[in-house]
Formats: sequence, C-alpha cells, structure tokens
Amino acid sequence: MTRDGSERHPHDSGNIPSDAPAALRLQDVRFAHGGAAFRFDLAVGPGEWLALIGPSGAGKSTLLDLSAGFLAPSAGRILMAGADVTRIAPAERPLSMLFQENNLFPQLDAFRNVALGIAPRLRVSRDERRQIEAALSAVGLEGYARRRPAEMSGGERQRVALARAFLRRRPLILLDEPFAALGPALRRDMLALLAELRKRDDAPAAAIVMVTHHPEDAAPHADRVAYLEAGEIAAIGPASEMLSGEGDHRVSHYLGLRRREA
Amino acid sequence: MNTRTDRQIRIGAGIAAALLALGFLLGGILVLLVVSDQAPDVVAPLADPYVRSILGFTLMQAGLSTLLSVVLAIPLALALHRARFAGKRAILRLFLLPQALPVLAGALAVITIWGRNGVVSDGLAAVGLPQLDVYGLTGILVAHVFFNMPLAARLFVAALDRVPAEGWKLAGQLALPPFTVFRTIEWPALRSALPGASALIFMLCVTSFTIVLVLGGGPAATTLEVAVYQALRYDFDPGRAIGLSIIQIVLTALVLVATLILGRDPAGGFGTGGRARRFDARSRVRDVGDGLVVVLGTLFVVSPFAAILVSGLAADLTRLVREATVQEAAITSLLVAAAAASLSLLVSMLVLMAIEALRFGKRPGAARRGTRIGLETATSLVLVVSPVIVGAGWFLALRQVTDVLAAAPYVVVATNAVMAMPFIVRIIGPALSQANAETGKLAEGLGLTGAARFALVDWPAMRRPLALAFAFSLALSFGDLGAIALFGSSDFVTLPYLLLQRMGSYRTADAAGLALILGLVTVALMGLVERGFAGREETGR
Repeated sequence: MTRDGSERHPHDSGNIPSDAPAALRLQDVRFAHGGAAFRFDLAVGPGEWLALIGPSGAGKSTLLDLSAGFLAPSAGRILMAGADVTRIAPAERPLSMLFQENNLFPQLDAFRNVALGIAPRLRVSRDERRQIEAALSAVGLEGYARRRPAEMSGGERQRVALARAFLRRRPLILLDEPFAALGPALRRDMLALLAELRKRDDAPAAAIVMVTHHPEDAAPHADRVAYLEAGEIAAIGPASEMLSGEGDHRVSHYLGLRRREA
Repeated sequence: MNTRTDRQIRIGAGIAAALLALGFLLGGILVLLVVSDQAPDVVAPLADPYVRSILGFTLMQAGLSTLLSVVLAIPLALALHRARFAGKRAILRLFLLPQALPVLAGALAVITIWGRNGVVSDGLAAVGLPQLDVYGLTGILVAHVFFNMPLAARLFVAALDRVPAEGWKLAGQLALPPFTVFRTIEWPALRSALPGASALIFMLCVTSFTIVLVLGGGPAATTLEVAVYQALRYDFDPGRAIGLSIIQIVLTALVLVATLILGRDPAGGFGTGGRARRFDARSRVRDVGDGLVVVLGTLFVVSPFAAILVSGLAADLTRLVREATVQEAAITSLLVAAAAASLSLLVSMLVLMAIEALRFGKRPGAARRGTRIGLETATSLVLVVSPVIVGAGWFLALRQVTDVLAAAPYVVVATNAVMAMPFIVRIIGPALSQANAETGKLAEGLGLTGAARFALVDWPAMRRPLALAFAFSLALSFGDLGAIALFGSSDFVTLPYLLLQRMGSYRTADAAGLALILGLVTVALMGLVERGFAGREETGR
C-alpha cells in the first residue's frame, strides 16, 4: 500500500518517486463510447513528464479528457495528489489542459485570455496585472497584450495558452497535442519553452502528461513513455528504453523500428 | 460518359430546373404585364392613405413580432443550452413543430387560448381582470411569436452549438462565472446568429398571410398580403392587387437583400441541436431559474397544441370524418401535398446537384461562381415572391386565356412546390455539399459517373435529410392556405380551405375538429415519412 491508500499496479514500474502521492493516478478507470471500451491504470509522479503515444483511436485524448473531468468514467477512481477527484467538476481539479486548437477565446485579446486563468471575472488587480504581463513576457510575447487570437500565428496563440497554464500554477498540466499543427522546429522550441517554464518557478515543477504523434518530441523531455493501444496502456517505461525499439514489440512495431514477427 | 460530361449534364439539368421554378414564380406577373394593357402602378397606390396605412401596419407588426420573438428566444435558448436534463433533445424537436403545424390550425389555437372566450381570458375574468381581445395587433403578435420564437430559439441554440468544444471545456476548467461565460462565449455566439434570425423572422412576418387573415381585425389590422387577397377576392380590383403585389415584392426584396448583406442564411436552422457538452459549475439558483424559463417557454409552445387537441376532441369528430365534403377535401389535400412535395424534391435535387457540380472545377471562374449563386438565389426567391403574390399573378394572367378554376389544381401544386424549395435546399444542401467535399475528388479520380456516382456519393448523403425534407414539404403543402385561398372553389376544396369556410360561417366546433384532423395528419405525415425514409440508420447515432 502506498500513501494514497491504493495498491501499486504492476504497470507502475517507472522511475517515479514513490514517497509522494502521484500527481495523477487512474485506478482501473473504465469508459465506453460508441463500441470502443477503455480501461486505464496509470500513476504519474509529482513533477514527472509522461508522454502518451500510440495509434489514432487508442484512447490518448480520452485518457486526458477523463483526467480533466470532461468525460465521466463508468467505473474506477481518479486521484490527484492523493485526493479522489472522480466525481469532482473540471473546475475543482488541480490541473490545466491545453488543446490542439481553440485554447483562446477569439474576442478577447491576449492579455484578457491570460487573465482568465487567475481572474475569471476579468477584474484584474494591479498585482495580477503584473503577473499576467510577466507571464506573457516569459513566453516571449511582450507587447502582444492587446492582440486578438486572429492577429497571431498558431505558435503565438499556443504561447498565450502556455502563459495562462503556467500562471495558474497547477501541479498537473495535460497537453492534448497543442503543438501538433506547428512545424518541427517550432514544435521543438515550444517544448523547450515548456521545459524552461516548468523549472522557472520556485515551486516544485508541475507534472506533465503529453499526447504526441511525434515520438521524437518525447525523447528529449519525457521521463517515461506510455504506449496506448485499443483503449489500454499496452506498455510503459523510461523514455529512452521505450523509444529505442528494444522493449515491447508492439511499441517498436508502432514506431517502425522492427518488422512484424511471423 | 466521362466525369466532365456527367458534370455538364448535372449543371444543365439544374439550370433547367431552376428556370422552371423561376418561370413559375415570376411568370404570372410577367404574363400579366405583357398581356394586359394595365401598366403597373406603384406610385398611385403609395399616395393612397389606405395603402400607406396598410404598408405601415405591415412593417409595424413585423417589427414588433420580430423583436418579441427574438427577445424571448434569447433567455430560452441560453437556459435550454445550459440546462442538463434528459428531455432536452425532445424539447428542441418539439420546437420544430410550430413550423410544421398548419398556420391556420395554429391561428385557431391562439384564439382558443388567448381569445375573448379563451383559457387566459377566463382566468383573468376569474380574478376580476378584463378579458383579452385577441383580434387585431395583439392576436397577430401572439401568433407570430408562437410560430417564430421557437425558430429563433433553435437558431440560437444552433449558434451556441457551433462554439468549439474547447470553449466550454475551458470555461469549465477556468471556473468562469456565468456572466463571464455569457460575455466571452454565449453573447458572441448569439450575436453571430442575431441579424440572420431577426431578418428571417421579419421576412416571415412581413409575408405572413393566414395569421393576419384570421386574426387581423378589419382595415386597421391588414397587411399587404391580405390586402392583395381582398382586392382580388372581394373587391375584384386587379389594378390595386397588382400595385400592392409589386409594393410587397419590392419590400421583401429589400428585406432579403438586407439579410444577405448581414451575411446570414435566411432559411437555416434545421440541426437537431443541443449537442454541445458543457461543464459550467453547478448552481442551484441558476438550475431553478433555467428550469423555470424552459418550463414556461415549453408551455407557451405546447399550449396551442393542447388547445387544438382539447377543443378538437370536443367536436363531433365521427360525424366530421363521415362527411363527404371532409373526406373529399382530405383526399384533395393529400394529393396536392404529395404532388407538390415530389415536384419540389425533384427540382431541388436537380438544382443542388448542379450547385455541387459547379463547385467542382480546376479553375473556379467567375461565370461558374455566378451561375452557382444564381441557382442558390432561385431556390430562395419564393421568400420574396410569396405564395399569395404568385397566386395573384397567375390568377389574373390565366383569367385572360382560360378558366381559372380549371387550372387551379396545377397552380396550387406548383405554388406549394416552390414554397417548400428554400427549406428543402437548406435541409439537403449541407449534407450533399459535405459528401461531395469528402468523396467528390475520389469519385472524380475513379471516373464515377451517372447512376454509379449518384448511388455511391449523392444518394447516401441525401437519404436521411431527404426524408426530413420530404416530410417537411408534405406537411407544408398539406396545411397551406396561402395558395388555395385565391384558387379554392366549390370544386376544389382542401382541408385548410374547408376549415376557413367553416370558421367564416361561425361553425366553431367543426372548425376545431378540422383543425385537430389537420394537425394530426400533418404530424403523422412528418413522423411516418421521416421514419420510413430514414430506415435502420436511425439507430446508429
């Protein structure tokens, strides 16, 4: 038994610190939608960076939506930092999520889009204003405060979303391919920025769960990689091992590193 | 046959079909202008104070009806979209019913509920308040709000549904309070639908005929449409009828242009709606408020249906059903509706397939684009040249060459067919367009043409919306009074026409019974046809 009162699942064989409760823990979480059944068991340690890879429809986004509270599991428990959040509204869960697109409200400028993260009524105190401006400059968008999403590039828009996510200081950040539409170089830059932002705060680094279709993105940053297939986590392990093609044959097959065995 | 020939055939057939519809819409008036020596006089009627007061009333009632419908629809749409309860989709489907209910039956129901001897008046009298007088502006407004507020609410819910799913997720995650959600998400969405919805409802109310005919109280509450009808049917003053018709056409054309400038589709809003998932923080106060708004709105929409049911059942239905006149009228109505709906579907499909064929091309030239827009406009022109006006034109034109009454069935069928076209095009068009966007290039690459292309690309896409479109146009024609009002005679009686006659001779119980039959048949037609067409796929989603 661990501190959050749950039994360790055999999949939890990563290099996560075992003394603190997991930032995110899915215990036999089940969900069914349109004929597809999902079943997830997972623990993400505090400050850990986990990449989710796998074919389309394997359940990567479903896992994030369940964690964020946008889908309700039919069975199982979801815990965050030891607390059961299974029945808790998205607003109450200690996390921020970035989507592939539409992370910003189109009729609000960058400043107010970021402000929503700490001032949902859009009434901003002087101190909050400073924080928002600092967040914008931290993502390299000084002078962009008055710009609307339509006046920014795709990369700039996602930077604004990143600024808001970090301003909220949640211990868990879920990334549903927010950089997928960007080119390879820009994607690398954004991930580097994300890694840097995470370290910048004096607070402990947030845990990150990142869905990606580009396994090479996972390599430089992720601590562990989970491979999803047919609604389950088929394999999970240290990033270097998972991405090397030496581990589970399904993963190396997915990555195109090994031929199907006869 | 190669794909190029296939496209050319489609485009040719579509243009021919559109010309046919256009020819019918404008033919009457044009023939009249050519054959008769009466020059159309627009200026003289405008100088007439009577005509000016009619024009003024037409605009005023349409403006007020629009304002009321839209203002009431906004809180209802917001509450409906936000509230989470099991019957939400059913209520949104219910809000489609007023559009299918024969206007005449709806008008009668408004009298039953809001009239001098109606339910509300009785309630007011019981607490010592004066009874309502539903004839005149009040009745027209109540009836217009009954028919159009649900439409506006559906358009608004559809607009809220178009908000990207991430918007609601963000609102949930950031715990945005209701006012911020309204300001950042809901109001921008509503605002995008507001001009289109208002213009559409304004147009429907400007051309409203049946409601004003039944509920209008004499010269003080008459619209252009009704005045045209009266000029022909009672006073037989062709000159005035033509003048008023042209004023009406100019007026509606202006409104349509305004609608197009506002950039919205004047006949949209047929999605089932209410699909978006929201994650607002729960609040008991707001849940109760939303529930109250939804209940009140639904009651308002349901009450006329209940009234038709209750007062209809009180009538001597068995005698009515056995009456030969009623049976003949019912059969005539069914035949007219079936013919009109089939004709309308055929013409609309030809035009739609031509529009898609024109969309495809390596170099989308100005000519192709122009033709496409022309075709799209042709299907909507009936919104400008309303059924009564079309009928008036053909009534006067045919009088010069033949017996009007002999031609009456054909004119009524054709008028009902063009009436349904804008709706059919809006129902089928998007699905066909999407199918062509998805598989059009593939079909092109494989060289699919003719029947094979139709069977693999067009038909699967159109099948489901076709069912709804056919059902809708059947119901529309079955319950229509506008076209038959001028052409009805003792030899050519449809159910709505018979109902109007019974109302005119104060046989109220008969009228209530007929309204119930009319309403039941319409609803049954819609349900049956939609189910039959949609078939097994219905269970899939």
